Amino acid sequence: MRRMGYGHHALIETLHSIQESFGYLDEDALRYVATTLRLPLSRVYGVTTFYQFFRLKPKGEHHTCVICVGTACHLKGANAILEHLEQRLGVKPGGATVDGKVSLLTARCLASCGLAPAVVLDGKVMGKVTADEVIAWMQKWTHRDT
Amino acid sequence: MIPEELEKIALATRAEQDRLLHHLRVCTGTACLALHSDQIKDNLTYLIQQRSLEQTCAVKGVGCMGLCAVGPLVALQPQSTLYQRVTVDDTAAIIEHLDAHPIERLLCPTDIPFFQRQHKIVLENTGQIDPEHIEDYIAADGYTALIQALTEMTPSEVIEQVVRSGLRGRGGAGYPTGLKWSTVSKVRSTRKFVICNGDEGDPGAFMDRSVLEGDPHRIIEGMALAAYAVGASEGFIYVRGEYDLAIKRLKTAIRQAERLGILGKSICSTTFDFHLETRLGAGAFVCGEETALIATIEGQRGNPRPRPPYPSEYGLWGFPTLINNVETLANIPPIIRNGGDWFATIGPDHSKGTKVFALAGPVRNTGLIEVPMGITLREIIFEIGGGMIEGHAFKAVQTGGPSGGCLPEQHLDLPVGYDSLAQVGTIMGSGGMIVIDDTASMVDVARYFMEFCKTESCGKCVPCRVGTVQLYHLLGRFTEGSATAEDLALLEELCDLVKQTSLCGLGQSAPNPVLSTLRYFRDEYLAHMAKGVVTQ
Repeated sequence: MRRMGYGHHALIETLHSIQESFGYLDEDALRYVATTLRLPLSRVYGVTTFYQFFRLKPKGEHHTCVICVGTACHLKGANAILEHLEQRLGVKPGGATVDGKVSLLTARCLASCGLAPAVVLDGKVMGKVTADEVIAWMQKWTHRDT
Repeated sequence: MIPEELEKIALATRAEQDRLLHHLRVCTGTACLALHSDQIKDNLTYLIQQRSLEQTCAVKGVGCMGLCAVGPLVALQPQSTLYQRVTVDDTAAIIEHLDAHPIERLLCPTDIPFFQRQHKIVLENTGQIDPEHIEDYIAADGYTALIQALTEMTPSEVIEQVVRSGLRGRGGAGYPTGLKWSTVSKVRSTRKFVICNGDEGDPGAFMDRSVLEGDPHRIIEGMALAAYAVGASEGFIYVRGEYDLAIKRLKTAIRQAERLGILGKSICSTTFDFHLETRLGAGAFVCGEETALIATIEGQRGNPRPRPPYPSEYGLWGFPTLINNVETLANIPPIIRNGGDWFATIGPDHSKGTKVFALAGPVRNTGLIEVPMGITLREIIFEIGGGMIEGHAFKAVQTGGPSGGCLPEQHLDLPVGYDSLAQVGTIMGSGGMIVIDDTASMVDVARYFMEFCKTESCGKCVPCRVGTVQLYHLLGRFTEGSATAEDLALLEELCDLVKQTSLCGLGQSAPNPVLSTLRYFRDEYLAHMAKGVVTQ
């Protein structure tokens, strides 16, 4: 915030920095930002909820699984993977597994269309995956950590 | 930085490069990184050190080489050998075969149309230079256009060259770049801004990302030239928050340019100042729309506002603002270096130069390509793309993402250009090109894009906010098979309404996928209806 002279335009960059450090944006953080930048809390909250990138809830404790639902991946069955995950592990996009170990997210496009369908497991891009493979990875995580 | 210093760096870097017998270039684009090309690069570097080959051989990470389908790619220069599907285990063999015959097993043929038919201007350095070293860019004639403009040309002469080149905005709408520049330059104001639009929200498109990752200095140079031409001294590069690597490389590049005095105060000992900052997007498709993008940079919700006034008169914080797409700006340095007339020789009338496409779907050679305008879709898909993968039959090609449309086989011989594509109901778009095979249902494709637009609609204007949701549900009735003839009529009526009355480009173009599939694949909609009749 200081770097940008406490201007109102610093809001989005500030939210990025907070999320990078803490993983998500909680109420305290939003209140602090609003006070420091002299903005109404409603405006801070409005901006936070407008953009998909910002999270108001903590993500899964240890791992993230991002499924690409871009055009190329959609055509190659990304939706079927999501359906399988919901049926077999009870996890929906935006949520986490029951034990809170793995969060499941979707991405618009990972720009790895040559690898469709693609998923990102803990920041590692995996291409040409099947539903069974994704479930196997996610189960491995939940088992290993318990 | 004075011209002589730049020359000195270029000569020194070239001399250093010539001294080496071998250059290994490892692709560190996103797709290849996903397949561990960073480990390959580290391993090669380690092996070279271990065998004390530093004096004759160097390894560098470069931007996307294009042929993502067979990555990771490693190129050996000056032999022009290209290795495909390299693994970490292959690195020792590559080092051993530096002087010997290339390894047959890994060899990727470079005489195929994929490489031969491309015409690289925007991507000329991508895949050739190390994006994290400014010296590499300078050795490839980088920043000479900027220095030439600053020392020998007036701002209006720079604009004159851009007007003559016939360059049109590569973001999708195709507004003539020279015209935009001269509008901004004519507005009198104490402050002006230049913004680079790198909010590549279109799913299936990764052209801008590849340029930003593979050749960030080119964008900086293009922006500095634009700023000089229109009289701005501050600039922002707006990049999607998801593009970690691109942001990192851009920031490195800006720092390096500042250190050499290419950005900052009194550039090249002239009175021209230019300060550049990056801004992160946070995942909103609508922010590709220029007024929404400006709102985001100001730290607000990315809601578009009615135009006019256009950003060229009333933009960022109310000051005149020039907004150009990444690919547009990447075209600027070569235009200034070689002259606008040179650029105008490429491509047909009204669509000059080249276009970068991200080719995806069930074709053999997926990846990033740059082709001259006027090439036909058939040439792109069946020659450069290598045709369909066995077992798949061509059905349609989708261009322009959620704002574009699908074209069937009968239009494959259409030359690629802004106007020719618009005539058949799609758009050039930012460059996503997705081939669809016969297993996909076109209604489902249309519904997929509508789902996208429905989610991404900012909610400011009613036709887009409500219309996209209604269209989505209507399409859902078709995929479920419960649609009636009235639904079809309603669908067409609603498409027209949303197209005509929405506030910004997102809503105005949202019905395009539906309209184009209705136009060319109407039988599929009818088949879905008939199915419903049977089940009733």
